[in-house]
Amino acid sequence: MSATTWGWLVILLPLLGSITIGLGFRALPERAAGLIGVGAVGLAFACSVAMLISLLGDPAESRHHASSLWDYANAGGLDIQLGIYVDPLSVFMALVVSGVSALIHIYSYSYMQSDRGYRRFFSFLNFFVFSMLLLVLAGNFVLLIVGWAFVGFTSYALISFWYRRETATKAGMKAFVINVVGDIGLVLAAFLIFRELGVFNYEEVFAAAPHHFTTNDGTIVAICCLLLIGAFAKSAQIPFHTWLPDAMEGPTPVSALIHAATMVTAGVYLIARAHPLFELAPTAADISAVVGAVTLIIAGTIAIVVTDLKRIIAYSTLSQVGYMIMGVSIGAYSAGMFHLMTHAFFKSLLFMAAGSIIAAMANEQNIDKISGFRRAMPFTGACLVIGSLALSGFPSTSGFFSKDEILSFATARGGWYTAFGVAGYVGALLTGIYSFRLVFRVLGGEPNDEAKELMDTGHVVHGEPRNPATGQAEDTEVGYPGAEHHIAEQAPGMKIAMGALAVLALFGGIVQIPGLDDLVTKFLEPTFADSVIVPADTTGHEWFGLAIGGVVAFAGIGIAYFLYIARPGTAPALEKRFQGIHDFLFHKWYFDEAIDFLIYRPTIAIGSFANRVFERIVVDGVVNGATDVVRSAGGVVKAAQSGFVRAYALLLFAGFAGLALYFLIVSS
Amino acid sequence: MVEVAFFAGAIGALGGAIAVVGLRNPFYSVLALIIHLTALAGLFLLLYAQFVTAAQVVIYAGGVMVLYVFVAAYVGGVEEPAWEPIPGQRILAPLLAGALFIEISIAVLGSSLSGLGSEGPELPLGFGTPADIGQILLERFLIVFEAASILLLLAAVGAVVLAGRKPGDGETTGAVSAAGVMGFTPDRGETAPAESGEAG
Amino acid sequence: MAVEWYLVLSALLFAVGAGGVLVRRSLLVILLCLEIMLNAGNLALVAFSRMHGNADGQIFAIVVMVVAACEVVVGLGLIVAIFRRKLPLNVDDLRGLKG
Repeated sequence: MSATTWGWLVILLPLLGSITIGLGFRALPERAAGLIGVGAVGLAFACSVAMLISLLGDPAESRHHASSLWDYANAGGLDIQLGIYVDPLSVFMALVVSGVSALIHIYSYSYMQSDRGYRRFFSFLNFFVFSMLLLVLAGNFVLLIVGWAFVGFTSYALISFWYRRETATKAGMKAFVINVVGDIGLVLAAFLIFRELGVFNYEEVFAAAPHHFTTNDGTIVAICCLLLIGAFAKSAQIPFHTWLPDAMEGPTPVSALIHAATMVTAGVYLIARAHPLFELAPTAADISAVVGAVTLIIAGTIAIVVTDLKRIIAYSTLSQVGYMIMGVSIGAYSAGMFHLMTHAFFKSLLFMAAGSIIAAMANEQNIDKISGFRRAMPFTGACLVIGSLALSGFPSTSGFFSKDEILSFATARGGWYTAFGVAGYVGALLTGIYSFRLVFRVLGGEPNDEAKELMDTGHVVHGEPRNPATGQAEDTEVGYPGAEHHIAEQAPGMKIAMGALAVLALFGGIVQIPGLDDLVTKFLEPTFADSVIVPADTTGHEWFGLAIGGVVAFAGIGIAYFLYIARPGTAPALEKRFQGIHDFLFHKWYFDEAIDFLIYRPTIAIGSFANRVFERIVVDGVVNGATDVVRSAGGVVKAAQSGFVRAYALLLFAGFAGLALYFLIVSS
Repeated sequence: MVEVAFFAGAIGALGGAIAVVGLRNPFYSVLALIIHLTALAGLFLLLYAQFVTAAQVVIYAGGVMVLYVFVAAYVGGVEEPAWEPIPGQRILAPLLAGALFIEISIAVLGSSLSGLGSEGPELPLGFGTPADIGQILLERFLIVFEAASILLLLAAVGAVVLAGRKPGDGETTGAVSAAGVMGFTPDRGETAPAESGEAG
Repeated sequence: MAVEWYLVLSALLFAVGAGGVLVRRSLLVILLCLEIMLNAGNLALVAFSRMHGNADGQIFAIVVMVVAACEVVVGLGLIVAIFRRKLPLNVDDLRGLKG
C-alpha cells in the first residue's frame, strides 16, 4: 500500500473510533468504549509506522506524495481538494501525535474510570486525534484550516469536559475565543495566499512563492504575520497565551495530550511547514523568534511562583513551546521538531505523574498542601523526577539534546541571533529551578496526611468533592469528576503509559546525538532542503552548547535544591523580601487584567451601546415605526368600517355628490 | 288646467315622500307611500304614459304596497332611539340630500337639452297606449321582457327560500340560517336574545 | 307644463328619498325610502320619454318597476327572516359588517 493510503487510514481510524463511541454511547459498556478508543489510536499509530516505512522506501528526493480523495471546490479559479500531503515532516508529526496519543489513551483508560462521562471523553479524545492528524497531514491550506478549527473545537469540548463546573466552562470559552482570534489570522492568510498565488495546496504554493514575492515584500510579510497570529493563538505565545493556564481545568489526560504534546505544537508545525514563506519574509520570522524568546522567559518567571501543580507544568509548556517557536523561526527546523518530539514525551509524562498525585490528594492541586510523597508513591515519584530531569535538560536525557541543539543553532547563526541563545540559556536556568521546585516540594519534606494514609493503608484518600480552584463543593454526577481516584501505583493502564514515556524521555535523545547520528535531521532533510538558512558547521558549536546546557541544568537544579531542601526557609523569606516582584509574577504579569481592560471592556461597552442605543432606538425605532405607521393607517381605515349601514350609505351618497360636482365643474 | 293637475300631483308626491321620511309609525309611512305612488301615477298620466300609469297603480300601489302592509302588520313598529350613534349623520344627511338635489337640478337645467322649456314634440296618436307599449315591448325589447320575467321568477323563488320553514323545525328555518350566513348578528347585547332557545 | 318641472320634481323626490335612507333606522322605512328614489327615477324617465317623443323611456320605466318589485320581495323576505330570528329590526344594531 502506498504511503498516502496509509495516510488516509491514519486519519480515518480515529474518526471511526470517535463516531462509533459517540453514536453507540448508550449501548457500549464503559470498557468497550475505552478499548475502541485505545484501539483506534493504536491502529492509527501502527498505520503511521507503516506510512513511515513506505516513505523510507522512496529515494530521498521524491519523498513527498500528495493524494486527493475528491474535489472539494473546483470552480471559478478555485481548486480545493480534500487532499493530504505525505512527506517527512507530516509523517514525523503523525508519528509523534499518534504515538503519544495512544499512550495517553491507555492512561485515560484507567484514569477516567468511574467518571460518568467516560464514553463522551473517549469520543472527544478520538475526535481530537483525528483533527490533529488531519491538521498535520493536510495537503492544502483549506484542509489545514479545517483541521485547525476542529482541534480548537475539541480543545474546548475537552477543557469544559466537567461542564457543571463553572470555572471549567469559562476556561473552555476563553480557550475557544482566543483560538478563534487565531483562526481569523489563519483564514486571512489563506485568502491572501490565494489572491497572490491562486492556489491553496502546499506543493504549488511553495513552488510559486519565491518567484512571485521579493524578499520582505509587504504582502508576504503580511501573510506570514497573519499565519503567526494563528500560530501564536494555537501555541499560546504572548499575548495569546492566557487560555493555556486556565485550560488546566480539563482532566489531566486532556492537559497531557492537548496542552503538552499536540495542539500547542500546531503552531510550530505551521511555521515549519510554511518555512518557504517565512524565509521570504525574514521580518516576520524575526518577530516570531522574538515572541518565542519573550514567551519562554516570561513563562519561566511565572512558573517559579505559582502554586497550582498543573499550572506550573502549564507555564512550563508555554516556555518550552517558546523554545520550539524560536527554533523554527530562526531556521533550526529539525532541531525545533526534535524538541517538539522530546517535549511531547517528557511533558506528557509530567502531566500524567501530576494526575496521579492529584488523585492521591483527592483533587487538591495546591502544592502548598502537598509534600512528602516519595515513599508513598515511588513509581509516580520516579516518573516525576525523570520528566523533570528531561525538562531541565539534564545531560543524557532527551531534553538535553533537543533543547541545546536549538540554542547552539542560534549561537552558530551569529549576529544578533546570539541573543536568542542567551535568552534560551536563561530560560533553561529558570526551567531547572521551577521544575525541581515542583519535584522537591511534592516529593521532599515530611509526608502530609494524604501521603501518610497512602503509605499506611494503601488506600487513596477520599475527600469531599470540591472544585480545586474555588473550593466550591460539588458532587460526582455527570459533568463532574468521578468518585474514584486512580493513582499510577494501582492502575495498570497508567503504569504502562507512564513507563513507556519515561523510557522515551530518558533515552529518546539517542536519535539525534550531534555528530553521531543526526537521524531526525537526516529524515527531515527532504522537507527542509529548500531552506536558505544554513549556518556553518555546527557540530563544534553543538558540543559547546551541550556543555553549557549541562552546566545550566545543574545550576538550576542546584538552586532549587538549595531553596527547598538544604535551607527550607529561604523561599518564603525571599518571597517576603521581594513581595512586589512576587505579586507581579504571581498575577501572571497582569496579562489577564490587561486584556480585560484593553479588549474585553471596550468590546462589552460597544456591545451594550449597540444594544441600548442603536438596536433599541434606531433599529427598533425604524422597524417598529414602520409597523406603527402601517397599524395607525390601518386603524384609520378600520374606523371607517363601523358596521353601520347608514354610514356606508352616507359615504356612498357623498361620493356620488362629489362625482357629480366634479363633472358639473368639468363640463361648465 | 294642466298646471293645476301638475301642482296637485307634485304636492301629493312630495308630501307623501316627506311623510314617509318623517312619520314615526312605519304603518303610517306605508300609507304615506301609497299616497305618493298614486300622485305619481297622476303625473304619469299628464305625461301621456297611460300604460305606465295603470301599471303603477295596479302593480305598485296595488301589489307591492300590499306586501308592505302585510309585513308592516307582521313586524310591527321599531323603536328608534333618539340618540344617533353615527357622529354627524343627522347633519350630513340633509346637507347631502340638498347637495344632490341642487347638483342634479343644475345638471338637468344647465344642460343644453333641446326640449327644455317646452312641452316636447307633437306626439303621434296612440303614444303611451297599451297597444303602443305592447308593440314596442314585444318587438324591440323582447329579450328585456324575457329577462324581466326570469328576474321575477328568481325573486319569487328567493323569497320563498328566505321566508320558508324547513320541516321539523320550530322557528329555526332556512331563513334563520340564511340570516346567520349574512352575518346578521346583534352587536349590542341588550337587544339580542339568546339563540339557544331557537336551536332546533 | 314644460318638461323641466317634472325633472326638478324628480330630483327633489330623489333627494328626499336619499335623505330618508340616511336618517331613518327602521328597516322597513328604509325600504320605503328606496321606493321613493326608484319612483323618482321613473318619473324622470317618463318625462324624458315625453320630451323625445320616444316610448322607450316608458318601457324602461316598466322594467324599473319590475326590478323594484323583485327587490321589494327579497327585501321584505329578509325583514321577515330577521324578525323571525328575533334580531332587532334596527339597522344600527345589525353591525355584522363591522371591522
